Amino acid sequence: MPTGEKSLLRFVTTGSVDDGKSTLIGRLLYETKSIFEDQYMAIEKTSKKKGLKEVELAYLLDGLAAEREQGITIDVAYRYFETEKRKFIITDSPGHVQYTKNMVTGASKADCAVILIDARNGVLTQSKRHGFLISLLQIPHLIVAVNKMDIVDYSQDVFTRIVEEYKDYSQKLDIHDIIFIPVSALKGDNVAVKSKKMPWYEGATLLHNLENLNVSADRNLVDFRFPVQYVLRPNANFRGFAGKVVSGTISPSEEVVALPSGKITSIKAINTYDGELTEAFAPQSVVLTLNDEIDVSRGDMIVRKKNLPLIENSLEAIVCWMDDEPMTINSSFIMKHTTRSVRASVKSIVYKIDVNTLHRQRAERFLLNDIGRVEIKLAAPIFFDLYKINHATGRFILIDPLTNKTVAAGMIRDAARHVEDYVSAETEEGVKQKKSPHTVWRDHHIGLAEREKQSGHKAVVLWFTGLSGSGKSTVAMELERRLFEHGCKTVMLDGDIIRHGLCSDLAFSVADRKENIRRAGETAKLFFEHGHIVLCTFISPFKEDRNFVRKLFDSGRFVEIYVNCPIDECQRRDPNGLYEKARSGKISGFTGIDSPYEAPEQPEILIDTRAFPLDKCVDVIEAYLTKHKVVYQSNK
Amino acid sequence: MNSFNLSYLRQLESESIDIMREVAAEFKNPVMLYSVGKDSSVMVRLAQKAFYPGRIPFPLMHVDTGYKFPEMYKFRDEFCKKIDATLIVERNEQWIARGCHPLKMGVDKCCSYLKTGALLDALRKHGFDAAIGGARREEEKSRAKERVFSLRDSFGQWDPKNQRPELWDIYNTRVNEDESMRVFPLSNWTEKDIWQYIKIENIPVVPIYFAQEREVIVRNGILIPVYPGLTGLEDANGKIVQEKTKKIICRFRSLGCIPCTGAIASKAVTFDEIISEVRAATKSERENRVIDLTSDSSMEQKKKEGYF
Repeated sequence: MPTGEKSLLRFVTTGSVDDGKSTLIGRLLYETKSIFEDQYMAIEKTSKKKGLKEVELAYLLDGLAAEREQGITIDVAYRYFETEKRKFIITDSPGHVQYTKNMVTGASKADCAVILIDARNGVLTQSKRHGFLISLLQIPHLIVAVNKMDIVDYSQDVFTRIVEEYKDYSQKLDIHDIIFIPVSALKGDNVAVKSKKMPWYEGATLLHNLENLNVSADRNLVDFRFPVQYVLRPNANFRGFAGKVVSGTISPSEEVVALPSGKITSIKAINTYDGELTEAFAPQSVVLTLNDEIDVSRGDMIVRKKNLPLIENSLEAIVCWMDDEPMTINSSFIMKHTTRSVRASVKSIVYKIDVNTLHRQRAERFLLNDIGRVEIKLAAPIFFDLYKINHATGRFILIDPLTNKTVAAGMIRDAARHVEDYVSAETEEGVKQKKSPHTVWRDHHIGLAEREKQSGHKAVVLWFTGLSGSGKSTVAMELERRLFEHGCKTVMLDGDIIRHGLCSDLAFSVADRKENIRRAGETAKLFFEHGHIVLCTFISPFKEDRNFVRKLFDSGRFVEIYVNCPIDECQRRDPNGLYEKARSGKISGFTGIDSPYEAPEQPEILIDTRAFPLDKCVDVIEAYLTKHKVVYQSNK
Repeated sequence: MNSFNLSYLRQLESESIDIMREVAAEFKNPVMLYSVGKDSSVMVRLAQKAFYPGRIPFPLMHVDTGYKFPEMYKFRDEFCKKIDATLIVERNEQWIARGCHPLKMGVDKCCSYLKTGALLDALRKHGFDAAIGGARREEEKSRAKERVFSLRDSFGQWDPKNQRPELWDIYNTRVNEDESMRVFPLSNWTEKDIWQYIKIENIPVVPIYFAQEREVIVRNGILIPVYPGLTGLEDANGKIVQEKTKKIICRFRSLGCIPCTGAIASKAVTFDEIISEVRAATKSERENRVIDLTSDSSMEQKKKEGYF
């Protein structure tokens, strides 16, 4: 293969401290003959000076004096090597907790991520955190290299255990291509040469995998987007628009529209120094000339008439906060998105993600390295796609206008609140197919406000929690009847019914209960978004699980109703004979018998089904809904 | 080549063009630092491509020490004229007049005055807010840590511990009044890439990159070329003192000032021969540059002071 025709793979390497990342990179460079003698001699000199017996390969990578002094990697470093097949750019990203910022920086351009796990230590929080960031940035390929296999006697058991544990975790993430390789960077096993010590491993070496990953399919070649970068006007006869085709393809004579003006024209020619092209595609930098004299300047975008991006001045995004000063609501920034810079402010924080547990938390501000979802208002519209569909037009940075520092990286999740999907990294299915942005934009989305206007009531989720037999379903059914008769759109999600279908694969372990509630919450959300009053009756014994569901909704939209009834009364009622079965040991993990019930501390509504008759209980809820203007008088 | 697949060289090319256009669009008064070497030649070609059919919208500036090879000056003047580029040449005349020389003052001091000092003075004099340079991350380990858009304070200093995060291909180009930006469009290129590109694009380079017989002094394994009046090892009559000269077929792998740039023994006279030589090289391209060898952190130190 002629050198110029080789493909390019950018990959990021990350791991925890002492996972042997530097050794692995050193090994890759060594095996591909990419370490020079004089570079080696320079680090040899430093190693000796520090009194080390062996040459510390990490010094080759730690380019800053402070890094060598402290023996840690502070900043992202770039390394280059090539093989017969490919040219590689390694972004070496520090694994320290405090340097999430650099991890995101380093990973942002990568086609593939290599996470190192020390076979002795197994899956650490760090390794999970890295996986989460990779999923967040939607890096298409992940290789987990289980290193130091030599120290664990090349044990297949150790490897399998780590693989299982990591797979279990990564199922919660949006990662589709994940490869596990047992290696010893120190001895060279399975790095570039297949190990003879691990005959049980049938896969290929790390280098082989890196050489053969198919990355060309990861580009978006469907949605043509051309952010205008620079206007070329060398003489009166030539007016060209210089820029990079960030996604899609384009040919002369195709009909295009310039945004934001909306003026329609067609491509006259694709000009380059090397002659005119018959077609341009991502990521080529070219110059477009147009058949009509229309006003186009830097920051505008040229797209196909029938394939428009979203054009909005508010959006929701996942942001990674990278500044020492915290991010607070209403703080003001400059957003740089493609070639466009606009004033932006954070209108609200939807939630913060605990990167260790993936739980969503309420937050008033983001500190350095915090990640979460925010709503952003812009002074002028930008032209974007969702990050998932088109990375190039779905990402942005925030710049502090006072310090000029880059303070955040953002990935757009949605246009505006009223069409939000609230799907986050922990639950997202990997919708890989490329939606036509046109359908995303206007045609298929009826906003919640519009739906509510038509149905004449607000959408809300009524979450009934309480012991089995406390009367959740009875109260909910009566309430639904009343609402239905008032013309409200209602849906009832009953724990038992859900468990027969949607959740029939789940048992009653803590993890399964959690998943059961998660699915119920997400289902409720779908109906909610379509304007329904959703009545959910689930024992939902754990506070954490209920709070998870709560966080899927804006405040006021999730109403927790604690259906309180003493356990002896519930046992007496025992409508399905379950308490009897639990007491006799036929079923285990039964709430109230051998599994706890964590009562809500501050439910929106508390009803006592032993003290009050059914009608009274339903009245209480109805009064609440009227008071909070969920249902209006006209409904009644 | 598959449909819609760009070879890696074309990907690098597109990335570099994108960076240069970003500079031209976002800065008031940018400049391209032109050091006459192979990387500069590639940079100039990329700039031509970025703004074709227009002219390169910023001047090229050569910070000259007076110690460059005669072939470099000749090439510089002819090349810039041919491509119709605006060339600015700046020198630290004060220290050149005082006879600043690495053998007299030490490599570090000489560089500090004639290169770093002259560069900072020149940037200030012209009020440049962005300077595009041809440094590559592969060259040296502190450069491997550098951003594409690298912020410098009012003294031109680099603060490696406090760099702005650089995400995707979105570059933060904002600078305060007294700050400036160094921009490195060749960040991701390697020496091999440079030569490959020079070959496929047929880019003119200074002829001393090719092998020929030269008179040199061999010191610590480095071949130092003898240029009367410039090497600094000769007496008043131009005769080399102390050390013996030798005639060796050699070429320059990277170009700098005569006293600090060694040649390497080589017979490479074509692009292909150079490429195979670079592929087989066991030493980095800066092996013959005395300036990097004084300590493990010498480049980082220079960069902190404002050097490229």
